[in-house]
Amino acid sequence: MSFEAVIGLEVHAQLLTRSKLFCGCATAFGASPNVHTCEVCLGMPGALPVLNREAVTLAVRAALALDCTVHERSQWARKNYFYPDLPKGYQISQFDRPLATHGHLDLEVEGSARTIDILRIHMEEDAGKNVHDDVLAGSRSYVDFNRGGVPLIEIVGAPQIRSGAEAAAYMRELRRTLRFLDVCDGNLEEGSLRCDANVSIRKVGATTLGTRTELKNINSFRFVAAAIDFEIHRQIAVVEAGDAVVQETRLWDAQAKVTRAMRSKEEAHDYRYFPDPDLPDLVLTAAAIHSARATLPELPAAKKERFVDALGLTAYDAALLTEEPELCRFFEAAVAGHKNAKGIANWILNELLREARGQPLAALKLTPESLAELVRLIDDGTISGKIAKDLFAELVTAGGAPAALVKERGLAQLVDTAGIEATVDAVLAANAGSVAAYRAGKTNILGFLVGQVMKASGGKANPKIVNEVLRRRLG
Amino acid sequence: MTALCDLSLTALSRALARGEHESSAATEACLARAADTKGLGAYLLIDAEGARRQAAAADLRCRAGQRLGPLDGVPLALKDIFLTAGLKTTCGSRILEDFVAPYDATVVRRLKDAGAVVLGKLSMDEFAMGSSNEHCAFGPAKNPWDPTRVPGGSSGGSAVAVASGSAFAALGTDTGGSIRQPAALCGVVGLKPTYGRVSRYGVIAFASSLDQVGPITKDVSDCALLLETIAGHDPKDSTSAPVLAASATEGLEAGVKGLKLGVPKEYFVAGIDPEVRTAVERAIATYAGLGADIVEVSLPHTEYAIATYYLIATAEASSNLARYDGVRFGLRRDPGRGVRDMYLQTRARGFGPEVKRRIVLGTYVLSAGYYEAYYDRAQKVRTLIRRDFAAAFAKADLLVTPTSPTPAFRLGARLADPLQMYLADIFTVGCNLAGIPGLSLPCGFANDGMPIGLQLLGPAWSEATLTRAGRAYEREHDWSRRRPPLARP
Amino acid sequence: MTTPKPPVQAEVLRIAALARLVLSDAEAEAMTPELAEILAHVAKLEEVDVTGVEATAHAVGFATPLRDDVSRPGLDLERALANAPERIGDGFGVPKILE
Ligand SMILES: [Zn+2]
Repeated sequence: MSFEAVIGLEVHAQLLTRSKLFCGCATAFGASPNVHTCEVCLGMPGALPVLNREAVTLAVRAALALDCTVHERSQWARKNYFYPDLPKGYQISQFDRPLATHGHLDLEVEGSARTIDILRIHMEEDAGKNVHDDVLAGSRSYVDFNRGGVPLIEIVGAPQIRSGAEAAAYMRELRRTLRFLDVCDGNLEEGSLRCDANVSIRKVGATTLGTRTELKNINSFRFVAAAIDFEIHRQIAVVEAGDAVVQETRLWDAQAKVTRAMRSKEEAHDYRYFPDPDLPDLVLTAAAIHSARATLPELPAAKKERFVDALGLTAYDAALLTEEPELCRFFEAAVAGHKNAKGIANWILNELLREARGQPLAALKLTPESLAELVRLIDDGTISGKIAKDLFAELVTAGGAPAALVKERGLAQLVDTAGIEATVDAVLAANAGSVAAYRAGKTNILGFLVGQVMKASGGKANPKIVNEVLRRRLG
Repeated sequence: MTALCDLSLTALSRALARGEHESSAATEACLARAADTKGLGAYLLIDAEGARRQAAAADLRCRAGQRLGPLDGVPLALKDIFLTAGLKTTCGSRILEDFVAPYDATVVRRLKDAGAVVLGKLSMDEFAMGSSNEHCAFGPAKNPWDPTRVPGGSSGGSAVAVASGSAFAALGTDTGGSIRQPAALCGVVGLKPTYGRVSRYGVIAFASSLDQVGPITKDVSDCALLLETIAGHDPKDSTSAPVLAASATEGLEAGVKGLKLGVPKEYFVAGIDPEVRTAVERAIATYAGLGADIVEVSLPHTEYAIATYYLIATAEASSNLARYDGVRFGLRRDPGRGVRDMYLQTRARGFGPEVKRRIVLGTYVLSAGYYEAYYDRAQKVRTLIRRDFAAAFAKADLLVTPTSPTPAFRLGARLADPLQMYLADIFTVGCNLAGIPGLSLPCGFANDGMPIGLQLLGPAWSEATLTRAGRAYEREHDWSRRRPPLARP
Repeated sequence: MTTPKPPVQAEVLRIAALARLVLSDAEAEAMTPELAEILAHVAKLEEVDVTGVEATAHAVGFATPLRDDVSRPGLDLERALANAPERIGDGFGVPKILE
C-alpha cells in the first residue's frame, strides 16, 4: 500500500519592532527575567492595549510580498485559554477578519518549481515563557514575561506540502523573503521564527484527509525535514500495523530524533474567539496599502534573476548572493561603486566569506565601497592580483581606503616597459644556467624566471608585461 | 447648622477659593462623617493619612495663591474599581483582597493632578456585577435613607458616601446602570458619560464595550464640574475618543426652553412602581412648564435590551476575568496538584456566587456551538437598539425616563432570584448598549421616604445638554438638597 | 436559528471547568436552574429578525489608534513582582509545568 503525506505549515514570525505589539516595553532578546514588562504585558487589572504602528507596517509588507490580499478592515479577537505564560487568560489575535488572505509562496524543490498557497496572515501577540530551571526553581517552574506581547504574524500555509524536503524548502524561502523585507530576523533557535506542522497521511489518490497531528518545537532549520519525515513514517507505521493515528500535539525531540506526544493532557480546545472590545478595528486605506505595495523592496527571487540577466552572474553565484540579505546588500553596495559585478561577486564569494569566518559582515572593517575601489584598482591595472590579495586581508582586519594605501605605500604596478626590461636583463644575467636550459628546450622554466623578475620588482611589475619582455629576450 | 461636609462640591470649592474654609477642615469633616456612618459600609478603605497629607498640600497651595483649579483641595472618594498606586484595589472581590495597585488609573491621575484629595476606596458589587451592592465580598453597603434597604449597585458605596456626606463626590463606573441606579436609589446625581469620553485605563474591566466612568455627586452643578476634570482623550485607551466635546459647565444655567424632550412609550408599561411613575410624570410636567416641548418617541427593541445586555456583558466579563489566575497577583490556592488545580481552586475560592454565575453564563454563550445563537445574535440586536435611539434622537433632543422601576428594595429581597434582579436594569442598559450618555437626578420621594430618580438620555457627546436640562429641573425643586437622616451604627 | 436547549448540570460543570472554576455540588445544583431561567429569557432574541443586520462589536465608530514604535521603560521589576503570590528569582513561580 502506498501513502502520501499532507502537510500544512503554520509559521509564526516575530516582527522586527523596537517595542511590543500593544505596549512600549522593549522587544530585546536575552534580558534577565521580567525586566521588559509593564502593567499591559503583565495583564494587570485595568491595563489596556494600544497598537504599534510599525508592527502593522511590517505585517502589511510581509503580506504584500507574499501576494496576499490585504484587507482594508481587519478585526482583533480574543483567543481564550488558560496557561501560566498567557497573562490575560486570552491572546489578542485575529480570527474572523484577518489582516490578509489568499497569497502564495513560490519555491524551488530539487530543481523544480512549486507554489504553495498562503491561506491567511494575521497579527497576534506572543506569550511569555515558562522556565523549568531545576537549580533555581526546583520542583516548580517560573514565568518570564519579557517575550509576552512581542508582535508576531502567523502565516498559515495551505496543506499542499508533500514531504519534509518540501517543507524545508518552504521554510527556507519564507525565511529568506521575510529577512529581505526586514520584517523578521528569521532566527529559529531564538524563536523569532517558529514552525508548527500539521501532518497527516492518506492512501495515494484519496481525496479526504487523514487524522492529523500537530508537530511543535521544531526549533532549528536542520530539523524541519527530519521531524516531518519522522512523523510521516511514524503515521505510516501506525496505519500499516492496523492502528489509527491519534489526533494530538507532538513535540520534536531533537536529541532522540523522534516526535513524542505532549506529556500534559490537553482538553479539547474551545478558544471562544470573540472581537476584542478593547481594540476597535484596524483600518487601512486603499491608498496606504497601494503605497506599501509600491515601496516594497525587491524580493530575493527577483534579485537573483536580475543578477543573472543584467549583471551576467552565473545562476550559482546569484543564488549564493541572494541567500542572505546582509551578503546581498554588501554585493549591491559594492557594485554601485564599481560596475564589475562578476569580479566583485568573486571577491565576495571566495575571499570575503573565507576572511569573515562566520562573523557578521558588519563586524568587518572592509566596507562595500572599499571592496569596489579595490576591484577597480585591479581592473584598471593599477595593482596586481597578488598585491590586491595582501591588501584585502589588511582591509578586512584594519580597514582603510585602498587607493590611498596603494599610493602611500607605492604598491602600484610597474607598467613602464623600459624599467621592466632593465629588471629582466638583470635577472637573465644572474640566471645564465636557466637561460641556457630554456633555450635548450626546457621552456617550462619560464615560470621560474617570471617569478624571479616579480621578486626583484617587489611584486609590483605587471606580470603580463614581464612575460612579454622575457619571451622577447629569450626568443 | 450645616456641617462642612454637607456643602456641595461647588460650594466647598468656592469657599476654598475665597479662603473661607480649608481643605484640611473639609477632609476632617468627611473623615468624621465616614466614622459616624461606618455602619453604612460605604468605604472599603480609608486612607486618612494620605488624605490629610494631600489636604495640607492643597492648603499650602491655596495660601500661596497657587490653587490648581476648582477641584484643588476637594475631598473625593473612588469606587474600589479604580487602580490607585500604592493603595489596595479590591474590586469588591476576595481574589484581589490584598492587591496593591502598581499604577494609577488615568482618571485617578487626573484627579490628583487637579489637586483633589483622595479619601479612600468605596464599596461595590464584586467586579461591578450587581444592582444592590449585596454582592460585595466584604459585606453590603446600606442605603442612608433606610439602612434596611439596598443602596443600589454596583457603585453602591459611591452613592452612599455622597448621600451621607462622607465624600463631596465620588467616581463610579456604569456598565448597565451602575452609576445611575444607585444614584437614584440614594437620592443623588449620577452621570454615565458617552462611551469613549472618559478613559477606562486603570479601571478594572467588567464588560469592556459597555463600561464607562462617571461622577456621582450631590447636585448637577457638581456633576458637570467633576466631568470636566475626568473627561478627555487618553492615548492609553484605544476606545477613548479623540473628540473635544462641549463643556458641561458652560451654559449650565441656560434652561430648557425650546428643548425637545422625548418620552419613550415602552418605558412606561407594566412593572413600573406607581409612585415612580407619578414622580417621573410630574417631572415631565415641570419640564413642560419650563418651556420644553414634550414628544412621544418609541424604542421598539426595549424588551430585548436585558437579554442583549446580559449576553454581551457576561461574555466579555468571562474573558476579562480570566486574568485572575493566581500567577502574577491576587489570591492563590495551590493544592499542590499542578497548574490546573491551582487555577480551579484559586478561582473557586476567589470569586463570589454572582461572579461565578456570570462567568459560567458568559463562557457558555461564547463556547463552540452557541456563539451564533447567543453572542452573535445579541450583537446584532445591539445594532437594532442603537438604531432605535438614533431614530428617537431624530425627533427629540433628550429622552426622559425613570432610572429604576422601583425605589430601593430591602436587603436580601432579590438575592434568591438573579433574573428578577437583572430585569430591574431595564431602563438603564439601553444607554450602555447604545454608548450614549445618561444622567440620573432626584425627582421626589416615595411615601416611605425613599428617593426616586429621573433619567435623562442624550445622543453621544450631549453631556452639556444633559447637565443643562438636569440643572433646569434641579432649580425647581429641593430634592437634591435633602439629606438623609444620619444612620449611626 | 433556534436557541439551544439550556444546559444540564453536567454541562454546567463542563463549562465551569472551561472557565477554570470548580463548583461544589450545591453551587452546581443552584446554578443549573438559574442559568436555565436566564437562558429562557434570553431566548426572546429569537423573535428578532436580524437578517442583514451588522453586529456591533464596539461602541465607538473610529478605527483603532496607532502608537509610534518607541520603547519605554515599563514597571520597575520590584513593582512588577510585588503582588506575585510566589516569586522564584525574578520570575513568577507556578507549579511545575510539564510539556
Ligand atoms: Zn509592556
